[in-house]
Amino acid sequence: MLILDIISSILLIAGVFFGFSGALGLFKFPDFFTRMHAASVTDSIATILILFGLILQTSFDINTAKLLFILAFLMITSPTASHALAKSARHGGLLTLPEVQAKQQERTH
Amino acid sequence: MGDLIDLVLLAMLAITALQMIFLKDLFAVVMLFGIFSFLSALIFINLDAVDVAFTEASVGAGISTVLMLGTLAITGRKEKKSTHSSFLPLLVVCITGAALIYGTLDMPPFGHPNNPIHEHVAPRYIEESPKEVGLPNMVTSVLASYRGFDTLGETVVVFAALIGVLALLGVRRQEENDVPESGFKAHHVLHVVARFFIPLIILFALYVQFHGDFGPGGGFQAGVIAAAAFILYTLVFGLSRAFSVVGPKFLQVLASIGVLLYASVGLFSMYKGGQFLDYSKLAADPIVGQHYGIIIIELGVGITVFAVMLSIFYAFGSQAERSNIQ
Repeated sequence: MLILDIISSILLIAGVFFGFSGALGLFKFPDFFTRMHAASVTDSIATILILFGLILQTSFDINTAKLLFILAFLMITSPTASHALAKSARHGGLLTLPEVQAKQQERTH
Repeated sequence: MGDLIDLVLLAMLAITALQMIFLKDLFAVVMLFGIFSFLSALIFINLDAVDVAFTEASVGAGISTVLMLGTLAITGRKEKKSTHSSFLPLLVVCITGAALIYGTLDMPPFGHPNNPIHEHVAPRYIEESPKEVGLPNMVTSVLASYRGFDTLGETVVVFAALIGVLALLGVRRQEENDVPESGFKAHHVLHVVARFFIPLIILFALYVQFHGDFGPGGGFQAGVIAAAAFILYTLVFGLSRAFSVVGPKFLQVLASIGVLLYASVGLFSMYKGGQFLDYSKLAADPIVGQHYGIIIIELGVGITVFAVMLSIFYAFGSQAERSNIQ
């Protein structure tokens, strides 16, 4: 039991670390696409780690199954949401940072 | 520990509310409304009120966010500058707030077992409802049986909201030629994921609908979740294809069928010799009668809520599409 607890807390702490770094990136990164990249890290790896940490805390009954279902749901929906967001931004004409810089250089020349 | 979580959540609630006041971008305000609802749902979970939390998460954070975004699509996302001076409203708010805080001084202590709320009807529900209604989820017994008349009122309010929206906006049928295809035509990822998920969402809605007697859930939450599945379909595949799956006229009929189903259970129990909405008379065994009554009225609530939410979304969506063209 103790070993499971230790593994679970390591997973939880790692999940919190990734969640925090995702939030930090969301504020610190320079443009929309890099920020979205940071936010999707929170969505994917942080939730996976936290949910696995929680699964180890259950007594392997119906709650485990429910958590696994939530995990499967998030594994499909959050990348889809990130993808849809990025694609609509691209479709709406938003440029990445290198592209913006290239345009500015063209203008100065 | 519970107190600490409560404090953190309440502080975040206050910060969200303040941010909503100061932001001028209405899109961000709508998103903050969703966060506000999720935070309230977490507080309800911490208070062990899972049914209320479920409703708050699905209705407050889910469907109202979508409907408010639909409104923004018609009205525009910038707040207008106020031309009035803010002195008088501030005065009114300060006086009301002071009166409310003064009122809390007389409140009984938080969570004390001898509070009036724990001594009025609550003991009766807790002691008698397993014998009288016999449902494992006491919230459903109170909502659907003891307070059946209130719930009928709520369902009628939801129905009246639909009548209001249809009277003001109306759902516009599109002519074939002058309307460009809406939805994400070239978005294959969204198409595949939506096709995979929409049946699962409907399945979950049915589970919430019919499992509401035994666990958290019921007609309100199930109706909203089912409506969310069809809203997802509309967003991904476009309004005209959604109209051919569930038409607006059909939804209007469905909305009234739900209310009528609920009210007719009440009338049938009167016909059987009981009072209005007295389910004990529906079958020979009073407890079986209660179960029949609760399942039917929850179904009525679910049908009405589903039809009303989807109709309101259709109304907003068809208006927004029309204003995009002009």
